[in-house]
Amino acid sequence: MQLTVNGELREVDVEDDMPLLWVLRDELGLNGTKFGCGIAQCGACTVHMDGLAVRSCQVSAATADGADIVTIEGLGTPDAMHAVQAAWAEHQVAQCGYCQSGQIMQAASLLDLNPEPSDSDIDIAMGGNLCRCGTYPRIRAAVKTAAVKLKEA
Amino acid sequence: MGRLKTIGRRSFLIGSTAVLGGVAFGSFMVARPHANPVVAGPGEAVFNPFVKLTSDGITLIVPHADIGQGVQSSQAVLIAEELDIEVEQAELSFGEPSPAYYNTAFAEEGVPFMSFDESAMAETMRDVAGGVLKLIGIQGTGGSTSMPDQFEKLRTAGAVARETIKAAAAKRTGVPVEQLKTAKGMVELPDGSTIAYTDLAEDASGIAPITNVTLRDPSEWDKVGKPMMRTDTLAKSTGTQNFGIDIELDGMVYASVRANPRKGGEMLDYDASAVEAMRGVQSIVPVMNGVAVVADNTWRAIKAVNSIDINWGEAPYPAEMDAHWAELEASFVEERLDQEWRADGDTDAALAAGTPISIENRAPYVAHQPLEPLNATVLVEEGKVTVWTGHQMPRFVQQEVAKVAGVTADDVTFFNQFSGGSFGHRLEFEPVRQATEVAMTMPGTPVKLTYSREEDFLQDFTRQIAMSKAEGVIEDGQVTALSLDIACPSVIASQMGRTGQNVPGPDSQIVAGAWNMPYDIPNLRVRGYRVPELAPISSWRSVGASHAGFFSENTLDELIREAGADPMEERLRLVNHPVHRTVLETVAEMSNWGEDLGPNRGRGLALVESFGVPTAEVIDVTMTDQGIKIDTVYIAADVGKVIDPINFENQVQGGVVWALGHAINSQVTYSDGMAQQTNYHAAEGMRIYQTPEIVVKGLENGSKIRGVGEPPVPPAAPALASALFDLTGERPREMPFNKFFDFV
Repeated sequence: MQLTVNGELREVDVEDDMPLLWVLRDELGLNGTKFGCGIAQCGACTVHMDGLAVRSCQVSAATADGADIVTIEGLGTPDAMHAVQAAWAEHQVAQCGYCQSGQIMQAASLLDLNPEPSDSDIDIAMGGNLCRCGTYPRIRAAVKTAAVKLKEA
Repeated sequence: MGRLKTIGRRSFLIGSTAVLGGVAFGSFMVARPHANPVVAGPGEAVFNPFVKLTSDGITLIVPHADIGQGVQSSQAVLIAEELDIEVEQAELSFGEPSPAYYNTAFAEEGVPFMSFDESAMAETMRDVAGGVLKLIGIQGTGGSTSMPDQFEKLRTAGAVARETIKAAAAKRTGVPVEQLKTAKGMVELPDGSTIAYTDLAEDASGIAPITNVTLRDPSEWDKVGKPMMRTDTLAKSTGTQNFGIDIELDGMVYASVRANPRKGGEMLDYDASAVEAMRGVQSIVPVMNGVAVVADNTWRAIKAVNSIDINWGEAPYPAEMDAHWAELEASFVEERLDQEWRADGDTDAALAAGTPISIENRAPYVAHQPLEPLNATVLVEEGKVTVWTGHQMPRFVQQEVAKVAGVTADDVTFFNQFSGGSFGHRLEFEPVRQATEVAMTMPGTPVKLTYSREEDFLQDFTRQIAMSKAEGVIEDGQVTALSLDIACPSVIASQMGRTGQNVPGPDSQIVAGAWNMPYDIPNLRVRGYRVPELAPISSWRSVGASHAGFFSENTLDELIREAGADPMEERLRLVNHPVHRTVLETVAEMSNWGEDLGPNRGRGLALVESFGVPTAEVIDVTMTDQGIKIDTVYIAADVGKVIDPINFENQVQGGVVWALGHAINSQVTYSDGMAQQTNYHAAEGMRIYQTPEIVVKGLENGSKIRGVGEPPVPPAAPALASALFDLTGERPREMPFNKFFDFV
């Protein structure tokens, strides 16, 4: 299969039913996307596929064939952070940090579709992303800060 | 008070080891330092086990594991404060397992004294217990001990390094050491010129560390106590933080495993014939009570291991929940009395003279389930084993791996990793043992073994199941007598038993947060009853206080409300220590206690001290069309000293979310000997849409520094129960509360 990952065309030889998550992690070595549950209950594996947030554990390689994928590594880098990442750093959202790649990808997608989300919009959009450390108060604040940053940009 | 006599009669977990140890080894042995595991190469200066200086840079060894609580940062800032460097100037390392990284702060929970008891007897027992922990070199992260353990140790390490570097500069320049200043990794001379620490590495390497140092007064601190940027924030905001599960090594293979979901039961037999030909599968390896598959990709390994047909043996504990609860019910008997922990006044007489109210509370098994599944990477080569994983007990990892591999602990090299959460889960050894078993079959090849989430749930050694029976008397609107009996299996015995260690004496965790309730109730008795081990259990964020704090406060609150008293007023009347009183008064002020909340609203309160931190929470709830909404949590906690206000707030908020999520939504139940909850849909804790606003205040009135990872947890469930009663007139006496209430 062929897919574009973070702007680069990549080719992998895998089974049709291998989840995109494991193509990214174990075939392409992109470990920023995390394995949490394998059944779309935690959101740790969230990436963008053709511009939309998806749970990469539920997207088969066959489905991802030909798609344009953006992972946390492609959203921004420590030297050139995306506005959402910058907001996450500013609010020091992370505790263990394991869920935060997925949270950030989900938040970026939310703000792409809804640049001025209400509290309830945030709760609904982020409701599928589990944080076992309980950083939700900071996630709410960071999403709002990111919205302002994106508007100003 | 007859304390000495009482103690002589008792034996205590760490305390008893300590007393024996103190007698056996004497203070001379305790005072001797352990060998420094940090080795100095030519021209390199190693001042102590925590600071190394070379011409290339400064390395700080921060041995407490970072499981999300941010102690890499808070340990580093303690050293940096006295070393006069910016944290960013140093490379940070978790170091290698070593007795030099002993943790004496575990002693606090191991001695039978109120946290605020600073009598000579109490302090002596703590010192003796701490001395033994040092002597045997217990290295561990847990029990909210990182800051208490490191607060003085690491500042001293920084000061020793700084003074030695200054001595090196004085020697080189001829300027008297008193005239030298230090800042930002530089020595400043009186003429304004500077020498970088790194330029002094070789000079410093030839000087014996100057250990006669005086720590700075807190008024001189410019880092500790101030908001800081955690060292891992940037990496964790950009997906560049590597965790144990992200380890990549040349030639590495990927494995997954299934062990008997009837935990501790045998694997009778298995048929892997359908698996051998699956793509990427390299080998099938039987391990203790289970079987692993090695493949060229984690998903292929998980898929293959799930396709093996396995016959499991029976569970070594009751197969169904009814039998677990029956065992608890049957444990409030003399033969199972573990310890009477509190005996103020004459409770029997008071109960006999009054009209006792009987109250029973229950707490279920609950899973840990940090988001990073358990994993371990192991390489076996020529009698040496190398291990990469995130773990709270590095030296025990060495020992357990050594047992499996048939080598000595010294042959095991362990690289601790950042953990994607733990909450007590990474105190266990199954994944490293299994990865070692697999790696033994393929010397020279690194094996990364990863649990599926289902395997992680099925193998989780959960929080203890527990139950309380209480009788209380109220008179004239006051609580005058309380007998609180708590029964549960010993979490410490279960946990330590799995490393082959027999821990003698009563288990303080059966009653933690209850026996030490900071109240002067005229007649108060707290007894712990030990239930024989049922399903295996393990420390779960706040350990015993997670059930006993709920029991004591939910019981007391019921009596207070029954007496017609105000929950805040009555607690303020009963509270017996000024630091705890201030915590209550603070949370009353924060929440504007006493205000009219308006219709369809309720408010509750709880105060629990755990790990030496008095913590009070006020919780407001509203009845809505969609169910009960938890609006706001006001929380005040006294930790003696807040190291970083930002991380403090985050930890406290997280502790509240953890506690509330599990209190309302989560439990583990057994059927056919197996946990019935196998993924997050069945035990998710809290999600963002249920999360209340959480208003945090850290207080600094306590005389000792305390950790805050766990103390916010215990008061949350009883404060919510109190609020639910206020809202509905119904009180939950069992977790999870969603059995009785619908939440938004």
